[in-house]
Formats: sequence, structure tokens, C-alpha cells
Amino acid sequence: MGWLSLPAIRLPDALRLSGLHTLRLEVTILNAVNPLPAADRRFMSGNEAVARGAWEAGCRVAAAYPGTPSTEILEYASQYEGMYTEWSINEKVSLEVAIGASLAGSRAFCAMKHVGLNVASDALMTETLIGIRGGLVIAVADDVGLSSSQNEQDSRFWGRFAHVPILEPSDAREAYQLTRTAFDLSEQFNTPVILRLTTRICHVKGVVSPGERQEFIHPEGFQKNPATQVMTPTNARHRIPLMYQREERIRQYSEECELNPIQEGSDRRIGFVTSGPAFMHVKESFPDAPVIKLGLSYPPPLEKIRALAGTVAQLVVVEEVEPLLETEIKAAGIPVLGKEILPRIGELSPSVLRPAIDRLLGEAPAAAEAEPASPAPEIKLEPGVNLFPRPPTMCVACPHLGIYYCLSKIKNTSISGDIGCYTLGAGQPWNALDTCVCMGASMGVALGLDKGRVEADANKRVIAVIGDSTFMHMGMQGLLNITYNKGNVTILLLDNRAVGMTGGQDNPASGRNLHGEETFHIDFRKVCEALGVKPERIHEVNPYELPNLFKALREEVKIDEPSVIITNQPCVLVDFYGVQPPFTVDEEKCTGCRNCLDVGCPAIFVTRRETVVKPNGKEKELAFVRIDSAVCTGCDLCPRTCGPDAIIPVQKTEDRGQKTE
Amino acid sequence: MSENKITNILVAGIGGQGVMTAAEILAQTALALGFDVKKTEVAGMAQRGGVVTSHVRFGDQVLSPAIPPGETDILVGFEPAEALRWVTHLRPDGVAMVNQVRQEPPVVSLGLYDYPDDPVAQMRQTGIEVHAFDAGAIARELGNLRLVNTVMLGAISEYLPFSPELLKEAILERFRARKPKLVEINEKAFEAGRATKATN
Ligand SMILES: Cc1ncc(C[n+]2csc(CCOP(=O)(O)OP(=O)(O)O)c2C)c(N)n1
Ligand code: SF4
Ligand code: SF4
Ligand code: SF4
Repeated sequence: MGWLSLPAIRLPDALRLSGLHTLRLEVTILNAVNPLPAADRRFMSGNEAVARGAWEAGCRVAAAYPGTPSTEILEYASQYEGMYTEWSINEKVSLEVAIGASLAGSRAFCAMKHVGLNVASDALMTETLIGIRGGLVIAVADDVGLSSSQNEQDSRFWGRFAHVPILEPSDAREAYQLTRTAFDLSEQFNTPVILRLTTRICHVKGVVSPGERQEFIHPEGFQKNPATQVMTPTNARHRIPLMYQREERIRQYSEECELNPIQEGSDRRIGFVTSGPAFMHVKESFPDAPVIKLGLSYPPPLEKIRALAGTVAQLVVVEEVEPLLETEIKAAGIPVLGKEILPRIGELSPSVLRPAIDRLLGEAPAAAEAEPASPAPEIKLEPGVNLFPRPPTMCVACPHLGIYYCLSKIKNTSISGDIGCYTLGAGQPWNALDTCVCMGASMGVALGLDKGRVEADANKRVIAVIGDSTFMHMGMQGLLNITYNKGNVTILLLDNRAVGMTGGQDNPASGRNLHGEETFHIDFRKVCEALGVKPERIHEVNPYELPNLFKALREEVKIDEPSVIITNQPCVLVDFYGVQPPFTVDEEKCTGCRNCLDVGCPAIFVTRRETVVKPNGKEKELAFVRIDSAVCTGCDLCPRTCGPDAIIPVQKTEDRGQKTE
Repeated sequence: MSENKITNILVAGIGGQGVMTAAEILAQTALALGFDVKKTEVAGMAQRGGVVTSHVRFGDQVLSPAIPPGETDILVGFEPAEALRWVTHLRPDGVAMVNQVRQEPPVVSLGLYDYPDDPVAQMRQTGIEVHAFDAGAIARELGNLRLVNTVMLGAISEYLPFSPELLKEAILERFRARKPKLVEINEKAFEAGRATKATN
């Protein structure tokens, strides 16, 4: 660890000015191998580093709607002083807030997961014509590998579509540096800038050496300028050529700037073009190969790439996910390989990269090469190969459990679902959710299932299930569309007072903002009424009270007009969730009927199975159960499914125990 | 590259068991010692009851954050079936430390899958050095199931490229800052975990 004594690489604050000068200096750190002394080294996730970078850049407004893997960016950002931060109700609004703040003369930022940019894209596609005043940075986090998303789209397409530059950090340290750079670049070229992250940036911690905040404002404030800020056809028409010219200038800059360095290497059999976390995989797998690392990956520096191609035997593009750089490089007439040898789906890693390149070089796979001496018996045995999966489940006592218990028992339904924890209702044991597309889609899809029904489905009941956050994100318009078009849909609005799926964030249904302060608390009954649902068709139910829930559902599905059933119990993640004394199973009373297993609470376990033959000769599987009282919150849901009253408060068993002793 | 020796620790378990905290403490300790460190988590959707793994890598310079398959030095298994799931990620001379307390997922309760009879025995068949013990029992004896975390860290402390005392100090420091009342009991848990090494 001799490098610890190296002098600190520090920038005098005076040099931390916006513009080219800083970019160059920052890149010097970017390529520095040795970190700063311990005191200046902080262990940060990519998300934390982005928040820090934005704050240091003097950003004054930051907005986001939560979404894995980007959620924590705003949670961290909210901890800094001098920067207004908010949970917006969807991504489009968050970008619009950032646009307004930029025009007001402040540096502005918004963050979202990949699919969030689809929602925000309407704003982006015209904002690119307007340009910016204060630097405007859009952080978008692609869920490469689909750890928690409905698709695996490559959001770099949006940069091309909107003709805006894309910065791609390859770890937390660069995420911090490139966030700062992004604001400078935005102002230098009068453009919004996309900071493209992936799960492996957002959720990976690394060593970051943060600096100080530099305040930044346009003191003259907002300037009225209809020609550039009011995008009527006439005005927009004039902006389009400027947008293309800007793109050309950035393309030129991409060739010259130090954000796209060539790292020379002695092994010239293969040269690499790479960006984002893939750069780390390339460096780890082929430390001696020449690499062009694209920190500014769009527009790509094609001439620089052409020059590298001329000095190596073969050029390979390593990018996640789609062959975007590859297509552009090929279109420029530069011979290059990419997705011919690397997967187009999922994450890349050294274990994916090495064998692919070794095959290309006509060599044996690296794995066999690396461990020639080991007998490796484990490969034959394949331990753990047929192991059960451990899919995510709803939490113990989740307020959605009762809903799905009911839905699984009601026959002849089509259930249009949405995105949130309740999407898990599609799985075991409920199997009670039939579609899931995108945020808010449950409404439109339900109406479509209703209007598009064929004779065979004449008696099917169409039910839509949506959570509070998703309803406010995109569902409200869909509900209005149902009432306006006289749809026949029963809507379950699962108000658990939080954005459960992403970790229980506050929203208008909790009545608290990003800082936990009290604010406007939405009244869903009033909203639904205002959106055209008749007051008598709106019911509020406690989702743990199964008889009421069943009654409301059974009644409303029979009625040929829109109705809304609103649940009113909180997610167990919220701080005001009230834990009750736990339950246990009286083993003497349990008949093994399995009813309680249909609730799907993960606190209920099977202890023993038995097959019995019923009087009618049919076999029946019995399962006797136990409740893990250490995790049961006493929500009182499963006791209501138990005919023989075998599920009893823990207290009672103890009493009984004392009596018998 | 050979001089750039990276230590790879894979912590595996299920949501809510403290996998991420254990990994964080290991990473912070390595960081304080001056290593370059990267830590990456792979947590399934919503992290509830799903598989959680955390990769901790440290050395002079860490590039790719995920441990390549077959290069894990130490596997810290918070649950036996989860330890089995990741056993092939160990290098042949790696070490697995396994908490024997089984946690069946709902898919097993529902009868859709079987839980393996003896996951640890299956692990041993690979020829890898496996230490298994009931960390839950130790934690329960000390009066707090949450101590499993510290017990597990104690158990692997002898296999790290730095002294067990440094790791213990890092854990206790964390409690001194957050929950000073729990410092003493965590020290006991750490030592109890450390002592199990001898019995397996
Ligand atoms: C466009 C878009 N933005 C964000 C997300 C991430 N996301 C998935 S579900 C969800 C919200 C779920 O909240 P809610 O509807 O209240 O249901 P809960 O999880 O609380 O049951 C979010 C933010 C997404 N999938 N798509
Ligand atoms: S986070 Fe909340 S809404 Fe999601 S499964 Fe858990 S309790 Fe249910
Ligand atoms: S519902 Fe009651 S009787 Fe049936 S398995 Fe569950 S505890 Fe036993
Ligand atoms: S009462 Fe039943 S459903 Fe509710 S938390 Fe306890 S075990 Fe789960």
C-alpha cells in the first residue's frame, strides 16, 4: 500500500470553474489510479455520487419520481442544503420542473429510471429545441438485467432521438465527476444533457473524493424570449437547424475532448470501444489491450475510433445493451465487431467478455486456462443447480394480501393490473392478475378489455387493480377516460399511503413530502368523484376485513358502471405502521385445510403434509402450518380464513400452557 | 496484473437478514485500511424475501464490481440453501462459512418445490472447505436474533487478509456511533462467532 503516501491530487477551488478548463482537469482525476488520502476518500454508491456531483455543481432544483435503480439519487440530494428537492408525481413533471428552473436561471436536475424517460420524453423532444439557461441534466438509470423493471430498454436511444449529448460514467467516482461535467457541458452547448446510468453504477459503491459546492446562478433571472421559449410551429421551425448545428459542434468536441481518452495497450490483436460499466469489464479482462473509453458516448468520436481501428488487428465494441455505437461506427465504414460476438440482452461482465474474445482470437476459453491445475469436481456435480427459486414476495402482513385472497376466490374475471408491489398478485398462491404493461395502464387496458370483449366473454367481469402512487402518476387520466366513455370496470385502488415498491417513499397519499414535512393529503374519494365516478359507486374498505371486502367486490362487479373500491390501510414500511401482538397456530386444532396458505403471508409455514382419502374416494392433500410469531405483525388477516379457529394470539397459547402444566 | 491481488467476498442470504450490513462493514473496514474497494448488491425485485447477494472486492485497484464466477475467496452464507446456490462461485481453495438456520420460501410451503435435505453436505461434496454452524442459536443465546450478523462476521474474521481485531473494532465503532447500548453484546457475538471456527 505504498501509494498511500502519494501526494493528494487536489484542485484549487479557483480552478473549479465551468467550461472546458474544468473538463480537462476533471479528466485528469478520472484516469488517476490512486485514490486520495483516507480522509478524502468516501465510500459512495453511484446514486449518492450523482447527488453529490449535482450539489457541488451548484444545482438549485432537483426533482424525481422514484424508480429502481435511480430512487436514492433524490433521497441523497434531499440531504443537502441550498438545493430545492422534490418527489414529483411522475417523470414528465419532474423534467418540466427542471426545465422551468433552468429557464429561471438556476442549474437544474431530474432523475428517473429508464422507462421514466419514456414518460418524460414528450417534454424532452421539444426542450431540446428550446435549450437551457442554467445547466440542465437528466439522469436516467437503465435497469440492465431487469432487476426490478418491466423492460430492458436502452435509453441511449433517447439522446439520439432528441439530439442531446450522453455522458456515461463507468463507476461511482466517474458518476460524481461526470455529473459535474454534465452541467458545464449543458451550458457550453446550450443543451440538456443525459447522464446515462445503469444498475451497476447506481447500486455499486466505490471510492469517491468529493469537493466543494460552487454556487451558480444567472443573476438577471428569467428572461422573456418567445422566439426561443415559446415553441409554436413558427418559432420551433427556426430552432431545428440550430439543434442540428449544435449536435455537429458537440460531435466535433467529442473528437477533441478528454472525456473520450484512448488508453494505449501493448496487445494490438484487439482494440476496444466501450462506455459505461463495460469499460471496467474490458480493463479487468484485457488490461493490455488498447481501449477508447467513451465518457461522452453520444455523439461518438468516429474519427478517433477510425484512427484506433487502423492500429489494431480487430476492433470490438463493448456496450450495454443495444448495438448503438456499433451501428454508427459501421455506418461510418469502420470495420468493427459487436453484437455478433456479445449478447444483446442483459449485463456484460468479464465472464461474458473473456470467452467471447478468446473465441474470436481462436483460443481456448479463459476459464479452462485460468485453473488448469484444479480438478474442479463441482462442475460435474453442479451443486445448487436444481435449487428452488426464491422469488420476491409481498411482505408479511402486506395490505394487498387480503385483496388478492378475495380476487383469487372470485370467478369469471379479467383482472387488468398495474405496476407496484401488487403486480406480485400475478404469482403464487393467488394467480389473480392478468395483465401488466406500464404505469397507469390498468385503466386503459381494462376499458379495452371491456369494449373489445367477444361473445365468449360476455359475462366476464373486468377488474382493474392500481396502487395510489401509480394512480397519481398516470392512472387518473385513465379513470376519466373510463367514466367519460361509459366503461364497465370495477377499480381497486390500493391506497397504502406510500410508494411501496421502491421502498415506501412519501407521496400525496401519505400527505408528506420528500423531507417528511406535512403537506397536501389527497382525498381519493373526492378525486374519483370529480373524475366522474358516482358517489354511491365509491367504497372505502379495510383490506384486512375480508367479509366487507368480499361484499363490496361481489356487489360492484355486478353493476354495469364504473365503481371504485379504495383500500385504507398502510404499507408495512411506513413509520406509522402499527404492529399488533402476533398470532400462532394451535396445532391441536389445525386440520391442515390449507386455507390460510391462500393468503400468501410469508410468515405462514408448512410443517407437515399428509394425503387423506375422503369418503367419496378422492384424495386430499393436507398441510399443517406454523406461524413465525417473530415476524407476524398480528394483522389479523389469516385468522379470518381459518374455519376451526386454530390461529390464535400468542398470548392465549401461553395461558393455556400454564393451565395444563 | 498479478501484483494487483484482489480479495473477493460474497455475502449471500435473503432479504431482511442483514446481508447488506455485513457487506458494508467489511467494505468500510477495507476502505479504512487504504484499499480500493467496490461493493455491489444484487437484490431481487423489492428485496422482500428474495435472494440478496453482496459482492465486496478490495485490493490496490478494483475495476469490475461483480466477482467473476469461480473467483470468490470467502462465501458468507446467511442461509444454507443460499450458500449452496453460490458455492460454485468459490475458487477451489476458497472458504464457505454457513449459518445452518434454514428459511423456507413460500414456494416451498406451497409444495411447489422441495428444500434440499442437506445443503451443507452438498457443498462439501464439491471439495471446498465448508464451515457450518448454528449462528441463530448463538444469537438467541445472547438474547437477540439480530446478532446473527455479527456472529457471522466473527466467524469469517480469521480468514480475512487483515486482523480480526480490525473487523471487530469496525463493528463496535458502528454501534458506538448508533446504538452504544449494544456495543458489549456485539463484542460477545463477534467472539462467539470467532470461536466456532475451532469446532468445525
Ligand atoms: C414510468 C415508471 N416510473 C417508475 C417506475 C417504478 N415503480 C414501479 S411501481 C412504482 C410505484 C408503486 O407504488 P404504488 O402504486 O403506490 O404501489 P405499491 O408498490 O405501494 O403497492 C414505481 C415508482 C416504473 N415502473 N415505471
Ligand atoms: S412494501 Fe408495502 S405494499 Fe409492498 S409488499 Fe411490502 S407491505 Fe406490501
Ligand atoms: S386455515 Fe386453520 S386449520 Fe386450515 S391449515 Fe390454516 S391454521 Fe390449519
Ligand atoms: S396475522 Fe396472519 S397474515 Fe397477518 S401477519 Fe400474522 S401470519 Fe401474516
